[in-house]
Amino acid sequence: MKLLFEKSVPGRGMDILPPLDVPPCPLEEGLGRETAARLPQIAEGDLCRHYRALEKRAHGVCDGFYPLGSCTMKYNPKIDEQMAALEGFAGVHPLQGAESAQGCLEVYARAESCLKEITGMDAVSFQPAAGAHGEFLGLLLIKAYHHDRGDLARTKILVPDAAHGTNPASATMAGFEVVSVPSTANGRVDVEALRALAGADTAGLMLTNPNTLGIFDENILEITQIVHEAGGLCYYDGANLNAVMGVARPGDMGFDVVHLNLHKTFATPHGGGGPGSGAVGVKALLRDFLPDGQVAGKMGSYRFERPAKSVGRVKEFYGNFGVVVKALCYMLSLGAEGIPEAAAGAVLNANYLMRALEKGGYETAVPGLCMHEFVLTLEKLKHETGVSALDVAKAMIDRGIHPPTMYFPLIVHEALMLEPTETESRETLNECAEAMVEILKAAYAAPESLHACPVTTPIGRPDEVAAARNPVLKYGF
Amino acid sequence: MGGYIPSTREERAQMLQAIGLETPAELFSAVPEALRVQKLNLEPGLSEMALSRLMRGVAAKNRVYRSIFRGAGAYNHYIPAVVSAVTSKETFVTAYTPYQAEMSQGVLQSIFEYQTMICELTGMDVSNASVYDGATAAAEAVNMLVDAKRRVALVSETVHPMTLETIRTYAFGAGVEVKTIPAKDGRTDLDALAGMLDKDAACVLVQSPNYFGLIEDAQKAAELAHANRIKLILSVNPIACALYKTPGEVGADVAVGEGQPLGMPLSFGGPYLGFMATTKALMRKLPGRIVGETTDNRGGRAFVLTLQAREQHIRREKASSNICSNQALCAMTAAVYMAAMGERGLRQAAEQCHAKAAYLRGELTQIGFAPVHEGPFFHEFVTACPVDKQALVDALADKGILAGLPVEEGILWCATEMNAKEDIDELIAAIGEVLT
Repeated sequence: MKLLFEKSVPGRGMDILPPLDVPPCPLEEGLGRETAARLPQIAEGDLCRHYRALEKRAHGVCDGFYPLGSCTMKYNPKIDEQMAALEGFAGVHPLQGAESAQGCLEVYARAESCLKEITGMDAVSFQPAAGAHGEFLGLLLIKAYHHDRGDLARTKILVPDAAHGTNPASATMAGFEVVSVPSTANGRVDVEALRALAGADTAGLMLTNPNTLGIFDENILEITQIVHEAGGLCYYDGANLNAVMGVARPGDMGFDVVHLNLHKTFATPHGGGGPGSGAVGVKALLRDFLPDGQVAGKMGSYRFERPAKSVGRVKEFYGNFGVVVKALCYMLSLGAEGIPEAAAGAVLNANYLMRALEKGGYETAVPGLCMHEFVLTLEKLKHETGVSALDVAKAMIDRGIHPPTMYFPLIVHEALMLEPTETESRETLNECAEAMVEILKAAYAAPESLHACPVTTPIGRPDEVAAARNPVLKYGF
Repeated sequence: MGGYIPSTREERAQMLQAIGLETPAELFSAVPEALRVQKLNLEPGLSEMALSRLMRGVAAKNRVYRSIFRGAGAYNHYIPAVVSAVTSKETFVTAYTPYQAEMSQGVLQSIFEYQTMICELTGMDVSNASVYDGATAAAEAVNMLVDAKRRVALVSETVHPMTLETIRTYAFGAGVEVKTIPAKDGRTDLDALAGMLDKDAACVLVQSPNYFGLIEDAQKAAELAHANRIKLILSVNPIACALYKTPGEVGADVAVGEGQPLGMPLSFGGPYLGFMATTKALMRKLPGRIVGETTDNRGGRAFVLTLQAREQHIRREKASSNICSNQALCAMTAAVYMAAMGERGLRQAAEQCHAKAAYLRGELTQIGFAPVHEGPFFHEFVTACPVDKQALVDALADKGILAGLPVEEGILWCATEMNAKEDIDELIAAIGEVLT
C-alpha cells in the first residue's frame, strides 16, 4: 500500500486556520530553518481513506479473538472512552491549579481508593505511563528506602527466570544487579534456591503471581517471608492481576510495592501499543518516597502534595490522566461484586480453553488447573513434523484469530501462551479450540502447508533479518 | 452481565462442569485460604447511565477556561476535526503492539509514516515509535548517551523544571551524575558550559525554545560539545520546528520533545507524546520500538518492528531501555495532525503563535508588564508583574481567562493561534481593571 508521502501532491491540503489577525512578526536573521519539512500535502477526504485502508489492515479486540498471553486483551467499554473525552476533563490545563481542577483530583483520589482496596496497599501513584515505567518507579522506591536507612549494600534484585523481560531491564535502569531465581519443574519459584540467594545484598524480589505460566504460587507467603527476613522488599508485577483481582491481594501476600497495568486489568484500550498507565501501589513504609503530586485532602478541597522523601518524578505532570479516567469508570462499573466476578470469568475461560485444547491433542507446559492464562509447549510437534510454534501462530491468523504470545516464557520450548480473558463467549473459545485442533491435524497431514501461512493477509511473512540488517526506518523521498 | 462477561451464569455453570469443577471457588483452589478476600470494601457496580451521570458531575467540578494564556509545557492548539475521527477508529484504539506483522500492517505503516514526519520535522535521520512524554524522552536520551567512562550529564537550568527533575530521578536509578549549566539572562550560559566540558561528561542537554520561551544558541552549544567529543541533546517544541532551525541543522545528536502540541488535548497533563530522533551513527542505541520497511515472502512491501536486539524482551537486563508500551495512539494522533496541517499549515500555526505572542508582549509592555528577558522568543515570554501575581491570576480566572503561569521572575505568558486578537485585547482590558 502507498505511503502518505506517495499520495502527496504539491499544492493540495486543507484550510484549517483563519488568516492572521495581528501584525506579522518575521523571525530574526539566521534563526529560520533552511529546508522545509516534507509533510504530506493531501485533501481531507483522501487522508480519511488512507487511514481507513490502514485500519482494514490491522486487527483489534473489536475485530476478533485476541488471546495474547500476558496482555489481557479484554473488551474496552465504550462509556469509558466517552467519559475520558468529556470537555470537562480533556480541556483542563495541567498547571491551572488544584482549586479549579477539583474534578481531576477527585478522579485520582477515587481511583487511588479503589486500587488500595483491590491491592491491599496504602497509597498509589499514577505518574508512571506504562507497566515498565511503573516497575522502574517501584524499584527506585526500593532503592530510596534502603539508602534512607543507610543500607547501601543492597545492590541486587532477585528475578525469577520466568519473569517478563521488562523486570530485569527495569532493575538495570534502576541501577541494580539482576540475579536470576530458577523455577522448579512444575513452574513454581524454587524456594530453596531463593533461600540460598537471598542475603545482605538483596534489595528485593520481583515476582508476578500468578506467574507467566499461569500458575498461582501457593508458596507465596513463604517466598515473601524469605525475602523480608533477608532484609529485602517484595515487588509485585501486576501484569497478571486480572486472574486474582478481588480474590487475593498482593498486599496480603506480603508485597511492599506493586505496579498495575491499567491498560490490561482495568480494560483501558492498548491503542496499538499505548498509552497505558502503570499505577504503583505501596505499603506505608514506602509512602514517603512516592513521586511529587500525590493527591491529599478531602472532596472539594483536594490538593497535590510532595511526599517528604520523594524520589522526584518519572514524568511531567501527574500521569496519563485520560487513561486513569477510563480505569476508574471500569472499576465503578464493576464494583465490589463485579471485580472478582471478572477474575473468576477469566480463570474459567482459560481453563475451559485449555481443557478443550488438551482434549484436541495439545500439550500444556504445566499440568493441572491454570489461572487466567496457560502455556502450551509444541516441542513434540516440532520434533515430529517440523511445524513450529511460529507456524501454528501464523496459521491461526488465516483463521481470523490473533496469535498467542510466542516463545515466552523462555523456560518453555516452542511456547504458545494463551490468555482468553473473561469477555469472550463460550462460542469464541470453542471456535478457537476447533481452529487450533484443525491446525494440529494439518501439521501432521501436510506440515509444509503450515510453513506458508498466513495466506489470507495483506502481506505474507516479512523478511525480518533484512529489516534489521539494512534498516529502512523512514520514507526515502 | 457484570464485568462485560458475555456468558450467562447458567453457561458458566456448564463450562465449570466441562472442566470437572462444581463451584467457581474451586477455580481458585491454588490460592491459600488465608489469602482469600471475603468481600471487597467497594461500592456496588453502577449501570452505564448512573456511571455517566456520576462522571459528568465529577467533570463539572473542573473549570474549563475559554481563553488560555498559559503554556509551560502543555499548549492549547487547534485540533482539526479529522484527527479524532481517525484516532477513534476502533481497530486502532483496541489493537496491541504490532507483534504480528501480517495482521498489523496498518498500525506498522502508520508508525513508519510518523517516524518519517518526525525526521522531517527535526531534520534527524532516525526516529523511534514514541516514548511516554517530553521529560522521559530527555531522560532516556541521557541514559542512551552515558557509558562506562562518561557518567555525567550537563543539563541547562533553562529546561522545563519537570524535565530536569525527571532526568535527576532517572539518574538516581542509573547512577548518572547530573550537573546543571547555569543560566544568564534567561538563556544557557555558554561561557559557563565551556568550562564544564571535561572527559567525564557524556552529553549536554539544552531546550530551545527554553522554559522561558527564549531561543537558545543551540548551534554554539553543539560546537562546544562536539569539540570535546560530547553529544548534544536538543529538546524542541514540535510546532516551533516548522519555523526555526532544526536540531539536525544545528548539529544535535539527539532531538527530543513533548509532542502534545501536535493534536493532543490538554487533558490535565496526559496522555501526551515523547518524540525522540537521532543520527544514523547512534541508531542502534535509540531506545523504544522502531518500525522498518522490508519485503514479504511474496516480494511486496512490508513493515515490521525492527532492531529488536536493543529491546527488553530479547536482551532482558542488557536492554537499552525497559520500554515496552509506549504512546502509540498519541504518535498516530501527531501523524494525522501533521498530515492534516501539512507543511504550510504547520508553518502557519508556528507563525501565528509567534506573531500573537509578539502582539501580546507589546500590549503587556504598554500596561506596565515589562519583559524580563531580551532577544528572540517563540510563543512564550516572562514579564514582570506590577501587582500581586496570585491576585491577578484569580481576578482573570473570574472572567474565564487563564493567565500566564506565576514564576519566580514574574509571569510566564503564552499565546498560540487559538488566542484571537479580540481575546488578547480583552485580556489587556481585564488586567487594566485589576490595575485600577
